[in-house]
Amino acid sequence: MIDYYQIVAQIMFVAFILLTIIGALLSVNAKILMHSVLGLAVCLLGVAGLYFYLGSMFLSLMQIMIYVGAVCIVLVFGIMVGFTPNESAQKNDIGRNTLLGIVASGIAGLGLVITIFGKTSWETSAATVGDFSIEWIGENLLLKYCLAFELISVILLIAIVGAIILAKGGREEGL
Amino acid sequence: MDFIVDIIAKYSLVRILISFSLLIAIIMLNAIVMGYLERKICARIQRRWGPMEVGVQGWMQMFLDGVKLLAKQLIVPREANPFLFRMAPLLCFTPVAMAFAVIPFSESFYAMDLNIGLIYLLAMGSLNVFAILIAGWSSNNKYSLFGALRSVAQNVAYEIPILLSLLAVVLVTTSFNFKEIVAYQSGLLSFWMCQPVAFIIFLVAGCAETNRVPFDLPEAESELTAGYFTEYGGFSFGLFAIAEYGNLFIMSSVATTVFLGGWNGPFGLDFYSGPILGVFWFLLKVFILMLIMIWVRWTYPRVRFDQLMNLSWKYLIPFSLVNLLITAFIVKII
Repeated sequence: MIDYYQIVAQIMFVAFILLTIIGALLSVNAKILMHSVLGLAVCLLGVAGLYFYLGSMFLSLMQIMIYVGAVCIVLVFGIMVGFTPNESAQKNDIGRNTLLGIVASGIAGLGLVITIFGKTSWETSAATVGDFSIEWIGENLLLKYCLAFELISVILLIAIVGAIILAKGGREEGL
Repeated sequence: MDFIVDIIAKYSLVRILISFSLLIAIIMLNAIVMGYLERKICARIQRRWGPMEVGVQGWMQMFLDGVKLLAKQLIVPREANPFLFRMAPLLCFTPVAMAFAVIPFSESFYAMDLNIGLIYLLAMGSLNVFAILIAGWSSNNKYSLFGALRSVAQNVAYEIPILLSLLAVVLVTTSFNFKEIVAYQSGLLSFWMCQPVAFIIFLVAGCAETNRVPFDLPEAESELTAGYFTEYGGFSFGLFAIAEYGNLFIMSSVATTVFLGGWNGPFGLDFYSGPILGVFWFLLKVFILMLIMIWVRWTYPRVRFDQLMNLSWKYLIPFSLVNLLITAFIVKII
């Protein structure tokens, strides 16, 4: 019986991975701005699923609540004010420099990979740091990693600023 | 992988499937019962009879309406975004169905027992706005767009007092688990007595969160036709209605579990605490709350938008913050 359960779990894992990748691709490649934000939401839902797969229900719910429920909604709000449906982001197409994008993301990725490979000591089984209960997460966030925790909340500010920029760029010329 | 395997092993696949189909049935039945009660009570308040033709007192009216909605053609407007337009009702319904999984009908009658059940419910509630937004935007209709814009402003504003008022109770119980919250209120004590401010704030904000009158600006029928679902017909309209009544049920059951003692008998009347009577008490409290919301809906006029925003940002949020502070102070002293 346990074998069947493991197959179900593996199918769910593959589904979450596919959700994440397809959402990410959609959010980068979509012609309509609304589609790209929805792709972002799908991608973040997939990440929430991965947290669930890894055993932290709390983190996955927080992912849904903050990223899908708050950040994406702020972005969609900005788009709704700015663009009508089916209006493709033509300016985005013209201004898009594929080469520059590839070079920038390549350099950033390379830097990250080099740092990660340099810092990580590869062990066959990872040591358990904590029990990942709500108490453990709460204590660590508010005592040990307090500064990082406070800095992360800036992300909502960035989302709001992004929404304002989207809304300003949309219907301005038409008016 | 172990986590998911553990979950399936704990509840067993058969139980998961049974509870899933039961929950869908409960959601549909709830929509039918509430739709009937709403039409009947509204008619009586307006000195009409309401549905009378089909069956005694027209009790079969909602079933026939359901069949009618199922049989209707799904029309997608030409200027709409077809994919998103079709997706929106499903997106509206799915979080509601998922949220029903953690509702504790009694001590042993529930689909899933989560140690963070309250957070789960709130997370699913935050997805509801997304569906409304997509529905309003993809219809490409100015009424729909206005409804969706109003809805998001309203939902963002009223989610905060809901969270803060529930947090005041969680500070006392130190648990997000529904079972432990209810166990804390056994006997005479339940939280509407020692947290009356939080209870009233939760009821008002919950009314706004479910887009009910006096806060039904997203679908204000006298100015926006039907708001965000103006363009919908057939069963996609039906799904919106079912999800709305489902949301109402969820809000009322959160109020029941957190403030009214859940499946415990009122005022410590615990002569028999089996699963059946527990379900009875729970549903009784939930339906009383929902009937109060219907009563309010057909009694008061709609608020203006600035009044709506002022109520949340200037009154509900400061009051719930002060309530939270006082609660934290008292908990620390005791």
